[in-house]
Amino acid sequence: MKFAKSPLLDQPLPNWRARVVLYALLAGFVLLGGRSLYLQGFDNNFLQEKGASRYSRVLEVSATRGRILDRFGDPLAVSTPVKSVWAIPEDARLQPAQARELAALLEMDVRELNRKLAAEREFVYIKRQIPPDVADKITALKLPGVHLQNEYRRYYPASDVTAHMLGFTGIDDVGQEGIELAFESTLAGKPGSRRVIKDRRGQIVEDVESIKLPQDGKDVVLALDSKIQYLAYTHLRQAISEHKAKAGGIVVLDARTGEILALTNLPTYNPNNRVRLAGSQLRNRAMTDTFEPGSTMKPFTVAMALEKGKFRYDTPITISPGHLTIGTATISDAHPHSVLTVAQVIQKSSNIGAAKMALSFPPEEMWSMFDSLGFGTPLKLGFPGEAGGRLRPAKSWRPIEQATMAYGHGISVTLMQLARAYLVFARDGDLVSLQLNRMDTPPLSGKQVFSAQTAREVRAMLEMAVQPGGTAPRAQISGYRVAGKTGTALKVEGGAYAEKYVASFVGFAPASEPRLIVAVMIDEPSAGGYYGGDVAGPVFAQVMASSLRALGVAPDAPLRPLQVADAIAVKESM
Amino acid sequence: MARLNALLLIIAVSCALGAVAAHHQARKLVSEIEREQVRMRALEVEWGQLQLEQSTWAGHARIEKIARERLHMKPPSPGQVISVEAARH
Repeated sequence: MKFAKSPLLDQPLPNWRARVVLYALLAGFVLLGGRSLYLQGFDNNFLQEKGASRYSRVLEVSATRGRILDRFGDPLAVSTPVKSVWAIPEDARLQPAQARELAALLEMDVRELNRKLAAEREFVYIKRQIPPDVADKITALKLPGVHLQNEYRRYYPASDVTAHMLGFTGIDDVGQEGIELAFESTLAGKPGSRRVIKDRRGQIVEDVESIKLPQDGKDVVLALDSKIQYLAYTHLRQAISEHKAKAGGIVVLDARTGEILALTNLPTYNPNNRVRLAGSQLRNRAMTDTFEPGSTMKPFTVAMALEKGKFRYDTPITISPGHLTIGTATISDAHPHSVLTVAQVIQKSSNIGAAKMALSFPPEEMWSMFDSLGFGTPLKLGFPGEAGGRLRPAKSWRPIEQATMAYGHGISVTLMQLARAYLVFARDGDLVSLQLNRMDTPPLSGKQVFSAQTAREVRAMLEMAVQPGGTAPRAQISGYRVAGKTGTALKVEGGAYAEKYVASFVGFAPASEPRLIVAVMIDEPSAGGYYGGDVAGPVFAQVMASSLRALGVAPDAPLRPLQVADAIAVKESM
Repeated sequence: MARLNALLLIIAVSCALGAVAAHHQARKLVSEIEREQVRMRALEVEWGQLQLEQSTWAGHARIEKIARERLHMKPPSPGQVISVEAARH
């Protein structure tokens, strides 16, 4: 029997079945319509995001770190983009030949490369900060799982000459030391991001919005004069090797503005290549290390004595018999004198003279003089690790301590503080604050510590110290009048004085109208003498002479060969 | 009526085409400015590198070395310096 003739087909279907199907289909359409209405009208974020992800991209916009410039605008630190190579070890299945090629390009050992790629991590740096040309070659290799990323690297063209001044940045271009750390917030750039529409070829066709504007770091203009910095560095290095010294430092200040024109320390390091760095190389000694200054403090004692009116420059002071006993301790001079005037106390650097003058004042007066010169408190220039030195409260001073402080023992200072304090003599008695940045207008007068009269008198005494008959005839410069003071101090080691010296010299020139202050400190000279006048004095003279010439300062003395009477020069008493 | 409709249709279509053309033009200009900005950044990078190179060549140590060794220069001795006073007006 044929199917078409089956009697079963004649039976009518119940009506409700068709209706059920119809309603079921209608319900299905309503459901679909409702869902699409919901997706299109009410909860459309998800789909729009999905759509946007096909063409819209958020791009990182990098910001560069500001440059550090010297006072003439020459770059001292510049960031330039480099690439870093990283890999996803799971994806980086390299053929042995490919691995060898990559290792050769990166100048690394193949075994080290394979060890890095075998790491059980999702991300591994293979080598950071490679030059752009090497990066291009690596891109050309088209290795699986090996990627490049943009980074910045800081370069210091002056390298070890400016190392301590500038400091350096870490691998992520964030300041770690020196100016880089002190001015981090100014120098650092803030990366931004923006949303764009890209076409099929990856070209940006529409700028949708800027999510965050990138902010490039600002340039920092230092007061530093890179020529003077270089001169200071080379002369210091020469002196350190000549005297086989352990360390040393030089600070050069502009006496008219308080700007720091040069700061150099040895031993130093190359900031562009910082492998195998020792702590002693990193130390910015002029800022962070304190030392007992010795006789370079005497001019302050004398200035106080003149200022209070108890002494005049020609007041005689009895020095004989050449030693002074206070309590159980005895102070002595290396060279016996019977009577010295106040001016000669500076010229011959007499400890007894300075101590006798100091003892005629109450400790509080002396303390407040030291305090107003900035000793005992950090300079707060923003440099990391600035030391304040040690100046104990006046109440705890015993007479012997007051006497030794008059010639710079029992008190400790940094070289920068000492150089700054000499501003009072170079500037008619006022003390201005130091400046790391270039100043376009000279500062108004600072804090008046001594009267102009006192400052001028001490200046004349300091000039005598440099002339024949003084302690530092070797600090003279042809063509300029120089004023300055030597210091030779025993080092304190473990609470007691050791047979080791710190030779120093602080001075300024031209004495008729001071322009520069140069402070030199040489730590533990072990060959060719240890007196400040013999070790630090010549360095001062070289740096000062070449700096004045570089600045084009007019000579204020006749240009004639110097009278350096070494044989008759009075050696400084301790 | 039909003519007016036809006219309006033509105006509408030409406006639409104009909008498409303007949009396309805008995108072309955007991609051009992007290219130029990329070039600008590349030039900035190059400038930084050239500055570095310049300061390496003009380094004080290098200049001193050349002055002393190749040009046989030396600092003047005191007797060789003549100071000239600038005329003051």
